[in-house]
Amino acid sequence: MLLIHCPYCEQDLPELEFAYAGEAHIARPADPSKLTDEEWRDFLFIRTNPRGVHFERWRHINGCARFFNAARETVSDRFLLTYKAGEPRPDVAKLTGVAQ
Amino acid sequence: MNAMSPLAAGVTITELAPTVRIALRLADISTAPGLALPVKVGERSAEGGRTVLCLGPDEWLIEAPEAGRDALFAALGAISVPHSAVEVSDREITLELEGPAVLTLLASGCPRDLARMPTGSGARTVFDSAQVVVTREAEDRFHLTIWRSFAPHVRAILDLATRELAAGL
Ligand SMILES: [Zn+2]
Repeated sequence: MLLIHCPYCEQDLPELEFAYAGEAHIARPADPSKLTDEEWRDFLFIRTNPRGVHFERWRHINGCARFFNAARETVSDRFLLTYKAGEPRPDVAKLTGVAQ
Repeated sequence: MNAMSPLAAGVTITELAPTVRIALRLADISTAPGLALPVKVGERSAEGGRTVLCLGPDEWLIEAPEAGRDALFAALGAISVPHSAVEVSDREITLELEGPAVLTLLASGCPRDLARMPTGSGARTVFDSAQVVVTREAEDRFHLTIWRSFAPHVRAILDLATRELAAGL
């Protein structure tokens, strides 16, 4: 079973306790009424969908119930790092050792 | 039926009597000095029959005997900052699982490695897709606190697993 490190519980715990919650670091526009339809569409629906390191939200729903962020390699499904909600996006090069 | 005896299965399941349960949400534990709130997720304090389990960074499950209800409510009433304290006594039932095969029995539905859970601690986790709270009361004794509507489902799996253990499967 895939183990995920919860940054609040500080333990590696089974995937069944967690729920995926979409891409991380997407800020809601400060003034939505100023956005064009295209910008609003991009905010709502357009995601990076990378082949490689993906920054994404997870929720430890059957545990401490916190949302947190993870950097996951989408090819290998390996979690490179998890970190608390609100912390800055980590540097991909530092995570993988490869400049991107 | 002899094959179903607890002795053969190595574990017994007992439904515990009702108890007072409070779900507490609070930002800063220093604002509730009377409750001995543990800080770390999974930690549990026990004092005068009352236990407090830290479920999340700002969430606790408090259990107390009926005789301790007034003292508990007084301690909650003394909190002077915004918080949420909800009585959920009737929301869940607690099963006591005890015996040398208890870890095998729990593994029939719980994906968490409960062998690593220290005695005296606990956690919210999942049992065959039903959310439960597991606490370790002793080396071979656990409490499983289950939302009432999911309890028949969890109990059916536990009873089946007990029969399998008794049959040597
Ligand atoms: Zn957690």
